[in-house]
Amino acid sequence: MPSVMIRKNEKGELLFYVAKKDLEDIVVSVETDTPETWGGEVEIGDGSKWYIDPISPPPAFPTTLRFKRG
Amino acid sequence: MSNMTREETQSLIEEVLEVYPEKAKKIREAHLTVNDHTIEQSKKCIKSNRKSVPGAMTIRGCAYAGSKGVVWGPIKDMIHVSHGPVGCGQYSRAGRRNYYVGTTGINTYGTMNFTSDFQEKDIVFGGDKKLAKLLQEVETLFPLNKGTTIQSECPIGLIGDDIEAVAKAQNKETGKTIVPVRCEGFRGVSQSLGHHIANDAVRDWALDKRDNDDTFVTTDYDVAILGDYNIGGDAWASRILLEEMGLRVVAQWSGDGSISEMELTPKVKLNLLHCYRSMNYISRHMEEKYGIPWMEYNFFGPTKIEESLRKIAEFFDDSIKEGAERVIAKYKAEYQAVIDKYRPRLEGKKVMLYIGGLRPRHVIGAYEDLGMEVVGTGYEFGHNDDYDRTIKEVGDATLIYDDVTGYEFEEFVKKVKPDLIGSGVKEKYIFQKMGIPFRQMHSWDYSGPYHGYDGFAIFARDMDMTLNNPCWDNLTPPWHKDSKAEAIAAE
Repeated sequence: MPSVMIRKNEKGELLFYVAKKDLEDIVVSVETDTPETWGGEVEIGDGSKWYIDPISPPPAFPTTLRFKRG
Repeated sequence: MSNMTREETQSLIEEVLEVYPEKAKKIREAHLTVNDHTIEQSKKCIKSNRKSVPGAMTIRGCAYAGSKGVVWGPIKDMIHVSHGPVGCGQYSRAGRRNYYVGTTGINTYGTMNFTSDFQEKDIVFGGDKKLAKLLQEVETLFPLNKGTTIQSECPIGLIGDDIEAVAKAQNKETGKTIVPVRCEGFRGVSQSLGHHIANDAVRDWALDKRDNDDTFVTTDYDVAILGDYNIGGDAWASRILLEEMGLRVVAQWSGDGSISEMELTPKVKLNLLHCYRSMNYISRHMEEKYGIPWMEYNFFGPTKIEESLRKIAEFFDDSIKEGAERVIAKYKAEYQAVIDKYRPRLEGKKVMLYIGGLRPRHVIGAYEDLGMEVVGTGYEFGHNDDYDRTIKEVGDATLIYDDVTGYEFEEFVKKVKPDLIGSGVKEKYIFQKMGIPFRQMHSWDYSGPYHGYDGFAIFARDMDMTLNNPCWDNLTPPWHKDSKAEAIAAE
């Protein structure tokens, strides 16, 4: 369950950053991304999938969340 | 760009790897690559931030070096206690030339060495009592200090001392910031983890001290310089440019910085990040907690300075944008004169770099402004994200090496034959004896500053002074002169 910091890059894409793993990549898809909820399965640029229970209301980025391996 | 093709560079890497035993070869192979602009992410072509191969000569430092030497050390009005045996502090004392204003020993302590000088009995019975006594002595002897950091050396972690408890007790007594830093040298693979630990210590023990205090009058143009260590006066040369364009520099991290500046940083509007490697952690934290955006900039060489100034101005209103243009125009004549003077003398020369932090990619622009070309570059302790950024900066088919060993570097130099090498003091004398011009690029070879327009003039002069020095022709001993018609080095 790594702590993941999610922030927006200059282009407005979400960046998925795990400091301990030296991993930083853009978020390609988010399972639930509506005005009410954000979360579920998240796929990032290198193809790996991560899971977080949907959060409602959606968090304000940047923020640190705890993800599970999806 | 380089006169070596991709195939030639690749075969050079294979040739150099030939001497290693099977296992070491396999490990080292992953750390050497030929730059390829088509690759987006460095992890596909190079491995970094891994443990060095035992037996191979690396020039990396330790976590203590990253914390005490790099991040915390330059904070001038705090006392940095090297907690443990005497050597670590003494041998790293004042070597980095991070200049500061103040009276050493009275209100600033940058070049002094404070250590708890561990003895056998401290290892056996624990050193917490000694540390507590030391902190009290420091308070008596240097009453104007603004706080203390306890920089742990290896034994502290091994014997399990509770330095946090001592720090808290002392803080209760004096009310000053006492920061215990768990930067024992054995942690991690290089100084890079030390930067991270130091950043986390700043976050946990120092940064939030003035969160509920609004007495500091802020303006819309407040910025902080992060990751500039004022080597030879670098931060000052950067600071004047920012101030001339209308910004107010509230804090310098950490060259010529103070604990009070650190505490005020959460109140700025923008964090300017020069050394990404050592300060990105705290920038990310401030972005999350205080909503302060951060941006990377590069103040080496006029082309990059111009780009950076405009990029910084984008965050502010028109008055700053005008200010940026004004600054660029103001210095144009000055830097053009420098280029006109030195470019003809340096044009077309090849440079190989092997440094740490931000320089393997940041100084490339400055060399290119002088018409020079970087034919090889590498980081001592870079991570993937550093290489991601480097791929875009250097030419296609350029040699890139991570945590290069002494042997590999020497062989690369023999084959690539650069006109100038920029690396650390541990390589300096090897290459000078080989007759190759060398600049020590960690602390600017006792020169500097190299940042900003002022620094560029000094940079150009230094490179010319080294490269075109007549001494390089005289390095071949007389008994070799007959058999060898010419010397290896440049003119």
